[in-house]
Amino acid sequence: MNPPSNLLDEALGLGHGGAMAPLPAGRVVLVEDCVETSGAFVLHHLLKRALSAGEGDGAVLFLALAQPFSHYDRILRKLGCNLSVQRSNNKLHFFDMLKLEFPGLTEGNDIEGGFVELYSKIQRAIEASRSKEYSRGCITIMIDDLSLLEIAACGSIDCVLDFLYYCISLTSELDCSLVILNHEDIYSSEEAPRLLSHLEYLADIVIKTEPLSTGLAADVHGQLTIFNKGTCNRHGHSMNKIHNFHFKVKENGVEYFYPGSQY
Amino acid sequence: MAETICRTLRDGSLEGEQSPALTIKDSLQSPLGSHVFDHFLSTLVSHISAGKSQASGLVLVAFDRSPSFYLDLFKTKGLDASLVDKSVRILDCYSDPLGWKDRLLHSTNAEESILKGSGTVFKNVRDVNKLLSSILDLGKGFTGEGKVRFAVAIDLVSIMLRHVSLPSVAGFLNNLRSNDQISCIFWLIHSDLHEPRASAALEYISTMVASLEPMMQSSDGQGTSGSLLWLEENSCKAKFHVRLKRCNGRVKLLYEELHTEQAGIRFEAASSVRTIVNQNLLPRVQFNLQLSDKERVDRARVVLPFEHQGNGEAIQIYDGRRSLSEGQKDPYLMQPSAFSHKMNTQTNNEKGEIHYIRDSDDERPDSDEDPDDDLDI
Repeated sequence: MNPPSNLLDEALGLGHGGAMAPLPAGRVVLVEDCVETSGAFVLHHLLKRALSAGEGDGAVLFLALAQPFSHYDRILRKLGCNLSVQRSNNKLHFFDMLKLEFPGLTEGNDIEGGFVELYSKIQRAIEASRSKEYSRGCITIMIDDLSLLEIAACGSIDCVLDFLYYCISLTSELDCSLVILNHEDIYSSEEAPRLLSHLEYLADIVIKTEPLSTGLAADVHGQLTIFNKGTCNRHGHSMNKIHNFHFKVKENGVEYFYPGSQY
Repeated sequence: MAETICRTLRDGSLEGEQSPALTIKDSLQSPLGSHVFDHFLSTLVSHISAGKSQASGLVLVAFDRSPSFYLDLFKTKGLDASLVDKSVRILDCYSDPLGWKDRLLHSTNAEESILKGSGTVFKNVRDVNKLLSSILDLGKGFTGEGKVRFAVAIDLVSIMLRHVSLPSVAGFLNNLRSNDQISCIFWLIHSDLHEPRASAALEYISTMVASLEPMMQSSDGQGTSGSLLWLEENSCKAKFHVRLKRCNGRVKLLYEELHTEQAGIRFEAASSVRTIVNQNLLPRVQFNLQLSDKERVDRARVVLPFEHQGNGEAIQIYDGRRSLSEGQKDPYLMQPSAFSHKMNTQTNNEKGEIHYIRDSDDERPDSDEDPDDDLDI
C-alpha cells in the first residue's frame, strides 16, 4: 500500500519510493501561512506522515494551541489516520494548551519558568519514548501555532526563541525534527519581523502558503513555495532547492500540481 | 581574497598590536554566511593542525550548531580526528545555553540523561564575564613552544546579542582581541536581525569585514513567482565583499563571487563569473545581444567618417557647398555628360562615392528642416 508520492513530499525530500517515512531527523520545518490561505493542511499532512511511519517507528509531540484534540482527530480520520488510537498507543503525545496557559505554571512562576516546565515535559516525553526498546524512529515535535505561543508568553519574543532553541537542540541530540506553524502577516513591517527572520534562519525547510497572485480561483486554492536549504551532513552540503506549485484542498486530501498542469 | 583572509588568520597578530579580527555578515537575502564561516574555520583548523599557523589551537564557541556538527564538518574536510582533538576545543553554548536542562536534571534527580555532551557545556550565556574566562581557560589547555597563542571562533554573535546588550558583546569581543594570548578571532553575524548599529559596532572592532550580498536584488518584494529565479540564484551564489583595514588606517575593498558546491564553497574572481551569469540569465533571443571576438575585432577596424582627419591630411568640413576638394568643379554646374563620364572613371577605381546635387540655392546648407518629416529631429 504505497500511495504515490506527491509534489509536497518530493519538495520535502521524502518522495523516494512513496514509502510513508517521517521527516528525516534533525530537520526544522517552518510553515508560514497567511490569513487568506491557511497552512494547516501542511501540518496535517506532516502529522499523518509522522504517525503512519509503521509499527514502532516515530512518534509525535503535538503542542496544540490553536485547536482542540477533537478537531485534529476529525480531520486526520478523513485522511485515514486515527489519532485516538495513536494517542492511546503513546505514539501521539498531545499537549492541550488551548487556554494558552502553561501546563505547569503555578503562581509566582515567571514566563521563563513556564517555558522551562513545558520544555521539561517535552524532553521527558521524548526520553521516555526513546528508552522503549521498539522506538527507534524519528520523533516529530509540532507546534500549532507559534503566534499563540507568543501570546502565551505575553509577547516576549526572546522567551519563545529560547524555547525554540532548546527544542532545536533536541533535534540534533535526540534525533527529533521540529515543525512550526506561524503566520506571516501578523508582524508590522516597521518593527522588522524579527521573530520571523529568526525563524527563517533556524529552519531547514520553509514552506509558504499564499493565495494566488491573480486572485480567487475555483480549482486552485493557493500556491506553495518550498525553500529547502538542503542538509549539511557528512556528505557535504547538498544544494538548496526551491519548489513552487499550486494546491487544492479537498475533503480527504490535498491535490498538488504545477501551475497550469491541471485539466 | 578569501586566501588573503585565510592567510591573515593563519599569521595571527603582531607583537604590540591587537589581534586580527574578522566579521562575516550575511542577511536572509543571501544566507550563506554559515558556509563561509565553515570554510574559514576548517581552513584555519587545517593550518593549525599542520603547525603552519601562529595559533597552536582554536577555541570554538558554538552557539548556533551543535559540537557534533562541527566534528562532522572537520571529518568531511578530511582532517585527522586525533589532530582535531588536539587543536580544537569546543565551548558548547548550544546544548544548554540557559541551564534549563541542568535545572531539569536537578529537579528530577533523574538517573542519567541520555543527552550526551561533547565539549564543555556552558550554561549561562547571559554572563559574559564568565564566558570570557571560560574561553581563556580552554585556551590554556594548548601547548606549544614559546608563547602559546590560540584562535577564537564564535559561530553566531546574533544569538549572543539576543541575550546580552550590544555594549557588553562589543566589550567582550574587544577584551578577547586585546588579550595577548589570542592570535586571531572571527565571528558570524546575521546583520538583518539587529539594528544597523549592532553590525557597525562589530565592524569597528574588526580588521576585516566579509559581507555577503545577494547577486540579484528582486526589484520589489512582491510576487513570489517573479522572484523565484532570484531566490534560487541567491541561495547558491553571493557577492563576497571584503574590507581590509591595515594598521596604518588604509582601507582596501575587494570583491569576489562565491558559489556553493557539493563539497563546500568556491570563490571566483568577479569578472569571469559575470559573463556566465549574463549568459545564463539573459533570455534566449533570435538575435545577438553581444558581439563575438571576431566581430569585436572587425568593428575596431572600421574607420569612421572623418576619423582620418588630423592624420596630416587636409581637414575638410562639409558645409554643403564646398563638398568637393578644391580644384574640382561643383557637380551642380557640370554637364550631364561630363558627370556620367566621371562616374565611369570612378567605378573603374572601384571606389564608391555619393553624389549630392542640391535642388536649389534656397536650401540652406545645414538646414534643420525635415522635408519628409521622417527624421527625429
